[in-house]
Amino acid sequence: MRKYHFLKSVLSLLLVTGLLAIQAARAQVPYERILNASSEPQNWLTYNGGYMSQRHSQLDQITRENVGDLELRWMLPNQVFGAWQSNPIVVDGIMYVTERPNSVMAVDAVTGRVFWKYRHIPAENARVCCGANNRGVAVLDDRVFMGTLDARLVALDRINGQVLWDVEVGDVNLAYSVTMAPLVVKDKVMVGVGGGEFGIRGYVAAFDAATGEEAWKTYTIPGPGEPGHDSWEGDDWEHGGAPVWITGSFDPELNLTYWGVGNPGPDWNAGQRPGDNLYSDSVIALNADTGELDWYFQFTPNDGYDYDSVQVPVLADMEWRGEARKVMMWANRNGYFYVLDRTDGEFLVGEPYVRVNWSSGLDENGRPIPTPQPEGMPTYPGNQGGTNWYPPSYSPRTGLFYFSAWEDYATIYRAEEAEYEPGRAFLGGGFSVLAPVQGAPTIGIGRTNPINNWTDEVGHASLKAMDPQTGEEAWEFEQFDVSDSGMLTTASDLLITGGREGYFHILDARTGELLYYKNLGGQIVMAPVTYMVDGTQYVSIISGNTLATFALRGQ
Amino acid sequence: MNSELLRRFFRTDFRTFCQGTGLLILIGLHGLVSAQELGDHQYTSAAIEAGSRVYTSQCALCHGPTGDTVDGINLRRGIFRTASSDEDLRTVISRGAAEGQMPAFSLSQTELDGVIAYIRAGFDPEGVAVRIGDPARGQVLFSGRGQCADCHRVNGVGPRTAPDLSEIGALRTPAALQRTLLEPESALLPINRPIRIVTRDEEVITGRRLNEDTYTVQILDSQERLRSLIKADLVRYEISSTPTHEPTTFSSDEVADLIGYLLTLRGLQ
Repeated sequence: MRKYHFLKSVLSLLLVTGLLAIQAARAQVPYERILNASSEPQNWLTYNGGYMSQRHSQLDQITRENVGDLELRWMLPNQVFGAWQSNPIVVDGIMYVTERPNSVMAVDAVTGRVFWKYRHIPAENARVCCGANNRGVAVLDDRVFMGTLDARLVALDRINGQVLWDVEVGDVNLAYSVTMAPLVVKDKVMVGVGGGEFGIRGYVAAFDAATGEEAWKTYTIPGPGEPGHDSWEGDDWEHGGAPVWITGSFDPELNLTYWGVGNPGPDWNAGQRPGDNLYSDSVIALNADTGELDWYFQFTPNDGYDYDSVQVPVLADMEWRGEARKVMMWANRNGYFYVLDRTDGEFLVGEPYVRVNWSSGLDENGRPIPTPQPEGMPTYPGNQGGTNWYPPSYSPRTGLFYFSAWEDYATIYRAEEAEYEPGRAFLGGGFSVLAPVQGAPTIGIGRTNPINNWTDEVGHASLKAMDPQTGEEAWEFEQFDVSDSGMLTTASDLLITGGREGYFHILDARTGELLYYKNLGGQIVMAPVTYMVDGTQYVSIISGNTLATFALRGQ
Repeated sequence: MNSELLRRFFRTDFRTFCQGTGLLILIGLHGLVSAQELGDHQYTSAAIEAGSRVYTSQCALCHGPTGDTVDGINLRRGIFRTASSDEDLRTVISRGAAEGQMPAFSLSQTELDGVIAYIRAGFDPEGVAVRIGDPARGQVLFSGRGQCADCHRVNGVGPRTAPDLSEIGALRTPAALQRTLLEPESALLPINRPIRIVTRDEEVITGRRLNEDTYTVQILDSQERLRSLIKADLVRYEISSTPTHEPTTFSSDEVADLIGYLLTLRGLQ
């Protein structure tokens, strides 16, 4: 023992100067580090843990054998009321997490104590449809970037939280907003805009990380003269929605960024905007340097159900039916699970994963065959979708894609003529949720009550493991309430997630066997992240107003 | 709720005010004040109807189709975080609230009046002209032939196996009360369904479900005990889709009297 200590001291002395130099260098997060994020699993460097957005960590200290030894290490309460959808970023033992509406905290990832907090107060006229959400920051070099509810992009010094630049992304008077975590690629910071319920014209924009100067901006609705413009009539395109409010993915070999595009507006009156309404409810592939559109695939043409395609594009390189393929996996809000070839958007597979009755299936190109329901009849899946923005996970080890689905959940839609007025809600009707009993409470955007009054009869969660080879479900894990929780998988084949009931669940990623659960109380509406500091693996998950961090007892 | 119904509401409360004593006077007075706000003929059924459209397009996305999807707020039932008067509601809508979580809405005066009318009318743009009878006769039916008091508790009296009705007149519209009596199956909240459970220890438990999640269920058993059970420990778990009582066989006059009585139950001040 004594000898060991002596050796350790000598080694420490020898290495101390070298280590300091390395530390100084590592304090920076250059693009190359983000590009190779999977090679440093102790950190969580992007919204989805890397450019492929697999939310799969190489860490394996926590295993199916020792999950029972997990203990709570620290909690960080949110000072602001409301669902906390932020995704933490972890860089060399420091966690960066945002708080409603637009604060950023730098937190010691070991103790949960806060180093600094930056607060941006959004303009009073900022408007968002569904709560003052912010889903997190991005990092590059010594900077942290956050989009704001009043449609600005802010760059902060990563060490002291000082504002370096603060630029406009969109016009707050027209109800543009930014709720997503930015995507950093090379020297640019990219964000999309929210406002699909307010008649915006959506876009993705890239800004110079050093200066905040806009580098490119690509509209998600083509203007006059551009291909796809004829999928709109008259001036519908000017306020046709198609927002982008979830962080995209990036393929460095193809130099393409991928973005899910939201619903056309007005939401529920498709008849008011004839045509396919490109590129609403699509995935778009944009050149990372120029923003130029390379390809698109539209999941739901002329959508009247608010089936935003704002899911995370999950990328993988795999042998697909005997052939090496660069695929993109996508469980869409419209109830279908898709596999596409991400080099050109070729449709490979599309199968319904929940009950779907708005369409009878997909044709050979992946285009849905519409079967609109008669007025007053329920449409499956309902307005919140078969799934929504919650980040999925793909494990290259199991070859399965995991996400939260809503089963037995339907909506009765009502379409109404809507007149566009700048900055005001532009919805075109309304909806009610199919309930077993007239007047029974129905599922809303968040969990409002510790009592589940709506029960599983109105809708409930199923965590699904999908096989991208077939588009079929490999296994499922059902919950009594619905779930808006994202997923995390690890190299020890754990699947870590949550749900509205406030349970933190750990399952066997191969079989779906439940290994561990803990009642954290508050609704879990984000995905967990995992990281390692000084040899200890941590798992952080936000439940209600609390960020809770676990590690193994004795570690 | 149409204006005719509002007038009926008003008359009922006024009658309570005249006939009641002590506590009931206080309750009735409270009801009278709110009924005056409602029934002062300032909100027409046209306003309520117009308000329903404003609500659908501007409010429903966050507050939900039944006004109960924001924590601590139930618009249909008049439960707000800070507002109480119509003027308060006007301020919240026009200026926003909760540190910007609710944005400010620039509505016209007509739209503002309409949406408040719609909220105050309990989200009932059509209105159902439910007959409201004599509360005193209704009370007799409640405790006697109706056997309601065999399961329901009111103001501290009676068993707790069925939901406590002390505030039911404030929580339910006359139309909802009528539906509960005439079509109990269509009015029973799914969470409140009667359950029958057999545990691994062969204990048979009957009762009413209070809450449930993936792993556990919380019930009030027939012995009035609050119990939380782990589903993995249950051998059988049966949920009945029918309430414990049948549709009422009362005459329509008697139903009206019973509703009249239930509407006087407005909780403690």
